[in-house]
Amino acid sequence: MLGVLVVQVAVATKVDAAVFAIAAFFVLVGAIGVVVARNPVHAALMLVMTLFGVAVLFVEQQANFLAAVQVIVYAGAIVVLFLFVIMFLGVDRRENIAFEPLRAQRPLAVGLVASGLAGLLLLGVAAHWSVGAHSVAGQLRGQPGGDVAALGRAVFTTYLFPFEATAALLVIAVVGAVVLVRRPPQARRPDREQAAAPGGDGPPGDRTAGDVVGDPMDALAQAVANAVASGLVSLPEDLPEGQRQEEPVGESAAP
Amino acid sequence: MSLSGNWYLALSAVLFAIGAFGLLVRRNVLVMFMCVELMLNAANLTLVTFARMLNDIGGQALVFFVLVVAAAEVVVGLGIVVAIFRRRSGEGTTADDLHIMKG
Repeated sequence: MLGVLVVQVAVATKVDAAVFAIAAFFVLVGAIGVVVARNPVHAALMLVMTLFGVAVLFVEQQANFLAAVQVIVYAGAIVVLFLFVIMFLGVDRRENIAFEPLRAQRPLAVGLVASGLAGLLLLGVAAHWSVGAHSVAGQLRGQPGGDVAALGRAVFTTYLFPFEATAALLVIAVVGAVVLVRRPPQARRPDREQAAAPGGDGPPGDRTAGDVVGDPMDALAQAVANAVASGLVSLPEDLPEGQRQEEPVGESAAP
Repeated sequence: MSLSGNWYLALSAVLFAIGAFGLLVRRNVLVMFMCVELMLNAANLTLVTFARMLNDIGGQALVFFVLVVAAAEVVVGLGIVVAIFRRRSGEGTTADDLHIMKG
């Protein structure tokens, strides 16, 4: 296996090999950094490094559009979301990694992962890595417009229905996130009165974590409440009494 | 000519293994999430490599959808973390704190 790989490296241009080596180095260092970093903020920044390395490997393999999306969506949105939540919850303190309550967990994890990885690599050595029909959904190379146009044609023709389904998925995710972080109305009201009272605002350090967490989300929750009131969205708790009582009956009759 | 796909597949296997190890070992819920992202990226790299090896755009289209699902998953997952953290009034975000269903 190793000899074959060395021959293949010699065949490939040196630039490609160098790009792969550097990108792979950053990918692996970033991934190990995510696992061993004590501070969650450092782990998130290490994740950015890995994601950039993967984006470089995407460019190297004629996936230019996906490389751009990788940087914009992953490094630009998802990691920022991670950092936002880390700062939001105030959990950016160092964690004691050496402490492990379950003594068998780490050796077990090492054994499981190492055996899985070894099995995968041996399988790859023993068999061909990729088998199957070529160019089922359209060719990658030699298309007019390059891989970006080819990907666009595939997504909007062959994969049109999954593409439409992702729109529904994203809407559900947004609504779900808003509903999840929404405060129950009873807990919200006294909080707001407190904030409105004169002299009630102390320095930010005096507030508890829950107050800091809640404030920006109140606007979102209010927006959802407005949407519910105007009939745009219906939440289960806003169903009329008759419907709400019918539901358990239907569930019990179902089996 | 670009580098053989076997290198990319081996790299993504190692990346997936690191992510899986971190998911099993780390106790901070947010870091566990990041390890899931590492594993998703390893799968994406595999799909892009197969797309190149088989000269098929389908692999890249699948990566496109995986990205969408990953974004939705992170949004809902972090929403759950925030909700749990708020309900438990800041005791911590490690998986060990979530033992309410322990028998």
